[in-house]
Amino acid sequence: MSDTTYKLTVKELRSDQDARWCPGCGDHAIMNAIQRALVELNIPKENLAFVSGIGCSSRFPYYMSTYGFHGIHGRASAIASGVKIANPELSVWQITGDGDALAIGGNHFIHTIRRNVNINIILFNNQIYGLTKGQYSPTSNRGFVTKTSPYGTVEEPFNPGELVIGAQGKFFARTIDSSVKLSTEIYIEAGRYEGTSVVEVLQNCVIFNDKIYNYLTDKDEKENRQLILHHDEPMIFGKNSDKGIILKDNKLKAVQIGENGITKDDILVHNAKEKNPGIHLMLANMQHPDYPVALGIIRSVDAQTYDSEVNHQMEEIRAKAKIKCVDDLLNSGSTWEL
Amino acid sequence: MHYIFSKIGLSFITYSIFKIMNKKTEVVERDEMVIRFSGDSGDGMQLTGTLFSNTAALFGNYMSTFPDYPSEIRAPSGTVGGVSGFQVHVGHSEIKTPGDLADVLVAMNPAALKANAKGVKQGGVIILDVDNFDEKGIKKAGYDSNPIGKESLKDFMVVEAPITSMTKEALKDIDLDRKSILRTRNMFALGMVYWLFGNSLDYTENFFKEKFRKNPLVIEANKKVLNAGYYYAETIEALSPYNISPAKIKKGRYRNINGNTAIAWGLLAAAEKAGLNLFIGSYPITPATGIMEDLALRRDLGVITFQAEDEIAGICTTLGASFAGKLGVTTTSGPGLALKSEAIGLAVMTELPIVIINVQRGGPSTGLPTKTEQADLWQVLYGRSGECPVVIIAASSPSNCFKYAFEAAKIALEHMTPVILMSDGFLANGTEPWKIPKMSDFPDIKPPLVKEGTKDWQPYARDVEKLVRTWALPGIKGLEHRIGGLEKDAINGNVSHDPENHEKMVRIRDEKVERVVNYIPDLEAEGDKEGDVLVVGWGGTYGHLITAVNELRDEGKKISLAHFNYIRPLPKNTRDVFGKFKKIVVCELNLGQFADYLRMKCQEFKYYQYNKIQGLPFTVIELKENINKILEDK
Repeated sequence: MSDTTYKLTVKELRSDQDARWCPGCGDHAIMNAIQRALVELNIPKENLAFVSGIGCSSRFPYYMSTYGFHGIHGRASAIASGVKIANPELSVWQITGDGDALAIGGNHFIHTIRRNVNINIILFNNQIYGLTKGQYSPTSNRGFVTKTSPYGTVEEPFNPGELVIGAQGKFFARTIDSSVKLSTEIYIEAGRYEGTSVVEVLQNCVIFNDKIYNYLTDKDEKENRQLILHHDEPMIFGKNSDKGIILKDNKLKAVQIGENGITKDDILVHNAKEKNPGIHLMLANMQHPDYPVALGIIRSVDAQTYDSEVNHQMEEIRAKAKIKCVDDLLNSGSTWEL
Repeated sequence: MHYIFSKIGLSFITYSIFKIMNKKTEVVERDEMVIRFSGDSGDGMQLTGTLFSNTAALFGNYMSTFPDYPSEIRAPSGTVGGVSGFQVHVGHSEIKTPGDLADVLVAMNPAALKANAKGVKQGGVIILDVDNFDEKGIKKAGYDSNPIGKESLKDFMVVEAPITSMTKEALKDIDLDRKSILRTRNMFALGMVYWLFGNSLDYTENFFKEKFRKNPLVIEANKKVLNAGYYYAETIEALSPYNISPAKIKKGRYRNINGNTAIAWGLLAAAEKAGLNLFIGSYPITPATGIMEDLALRRDLGVITFQAEDEIAGICTTLGASFAGKLGVTTTSGPGLALKSEAIGLAVMTELPIVIINVQRGGPSTGLPTKTEQADLWQVLYGRSGECPVVIIAASSPSNCFKYAFEAAKIALEHMTPVILMSDGFLANGTEPWKIPKMSDFPDIKPPLVKEGTKDWQPYARDVEKLVRTWALPGIKGLEHRIGGLEKDAINGNVSHDPENHEKMVRIRDEKVERVVNYIPDLEAEGDKEGDVLVVGWGGTYGHLITAVNELRDEGKKISLAHFNYIRPLPKNTRDVFGKFKKIVVCELNLGQFADYLRMKCQEFKYYQYNKIQGLPFTVIELKENINKILEDK
């Protein structure tokens, strides 16, 4: 798609509309990182299509100078699938939130992943409904108090990574809105990946759910609480790179290197390309305080995409088809002359 | 009694006593006749009926067919709920309906007789497989005792044919299992009917050769049984043969077509004429599924069929594909249309061309999935949030589904609007012969696509005549733009909450749909242009209405028919047509939805109504009766 003379810039990617997210909203940083990634990917602007549903995050397409489609609540995966299958040359990005993708749009979300349509889904997870001013979402923790759960919720949240992998997802990554460098790297990989790539962005809502991810972004503690995964590298974390993840009794375990006879060699090496989803699922499910939270590309497995398969099938059939036009079709099969 | 059937290589065929009420041997000349095949849903009645109707069409008769099958995949065998029927109307003159009452009924078991006896004309022929009228079969059908020979059947010419035992006898030298042998029983009945109508067996025998290419034994078995039935009918002398002379049909190449296939192909024709590929995003739903199935075969013509996870994804993928430059189509029936409503609103707001096909069935809710009705009219007119106008078109015969699907796509693409095309279970499954058109006779379709390099292009700037915005496809440099469900600025399409702009946009979207009136044909009164009664109908009831109106005209009544294919907007001259008649009677298969729509749109007229809500088409008899009543009403 990219030629040597073409160079996309961040400035070019901005539309003439001002981003109307609240000052301090994580969405600003996410857009910044996505724009940087697109510059790096250097996809011609006219080949970019941003599709969204409803919610704060879904206003995103209006702030980009690319092609954009602001859909209806929950349906972005379906609209984006239609766009991509209709024109596989396009680089299609779906912008969605935890309510949009996992509640009202849950069905489209899992089936798009199952089909492996070659789109990039950026899931802004702030564990709250912001646009409707503060109700709990499918990712809110049990007991969470909001306007619609004044006595606390009595339901378990979805873990997006678990859902994606359960829906046969081939690409899943997690990042934090404020970690622009890590996010940019992930969006670049997601953009390059052939298939449905889902990136969960832990996003802070300054108004209705502020500081929920502070335990992860805390200056002093973040290195101890984040595990940034890199393919083919050991799962080591901690301020002094002295902690790691091992597999014990069929479970992951966070350990201190050098204690209890554990050496660097005992630490698991991350293999994002492993087809078996077992370890990926356990990584996606790691939660504070027992574990560090896994960030980076957790899973990236090669597979056939829906859109390329459709086009492949079409080419094959058309090459040997007897019916080449509608006149042929109308006169095919059982007909008679009077 | 024993007969030798040397011709078909059988030694002896034993058959039971048959009782007949009337004996004739000469061939009776008839202008038209109705034949109904009925049996268990596993008895192959749909195939039997199709083979018969194809044979009649090949012979040069007019014909119209209608299948009538249960919604259960396999209701308990032998029960009335599991009866599957197929009605064929064959004629020397033009036939427009599958007929009201049957002249000939084939009933493969007691349940089939029970379900269909009331649909047979007095004096009509009923051919029964008497082997199935055992105690068990009679009880399963819900009869207290064997109906054969009873008062209830005295008005019919009942032919008690031991179809099952004779089928077994015919195949006793063929090495086939019992199940496969029994499966050919329908061909015995078909053979009998072929003799009754003097039909050739060639078409059916060729069909066997094609269909069972890989199984010569099955070809032989079906052929034997078909012939056995034919010669049985000849030998028993219980039936008097009929002849329906070939019709004077316009010369040309013909094929049979049902409404669903005609819609699929009409959409393909539109895509070809527009130079676009077709995308269909749909979810299976009776009775619309056939359209998606037909299109799924057409990868050879560049069709992308997307079987979505639900109705909503069906229309949303279609909208996405339309945004990206395909002719986007989604198909459904009433309950599915309800699920698509929000996305139709999005299509109205984004002004993207999509075609929504609604093949109506009995409702509300799951209702009568396999039956026909016209009760979704208000849903398509009004069933969305906000001021949400769409163009509504209704096909009126199985074969003209082609034309109206083409029209629906043409209007959608040239006017940048969603168009809803209404069909129904009757049109979807009914078949009729169709003179194959040539694509060169169809107009080109010219969507308002924007070319690369267009200066000062604005997404919502419009053409002054049609009020249509232009279509800029992703991938074209310099035309990048955003659309969505939020209210748009009237020119640049940016989000706008401005009060005046909103009113302006609501009015423009409405006016855009209204102006389609300048691109549709006038309404025509069939019959005289003035008179005592104007019968008004829309959609799939045309065949029955025109037949009733023509018969009443033959009886000297001053009556005409105005049948609507364009619902929104209504044809320009609707009032002029209405004004020339003393009475207007609106006939529809609902409680009067179109009548109420007309009361609102053309308030100066009084509208009489005739309505039927049984999941069944009108009958010509009931239409004539009720129209006559209104005619006489002072």
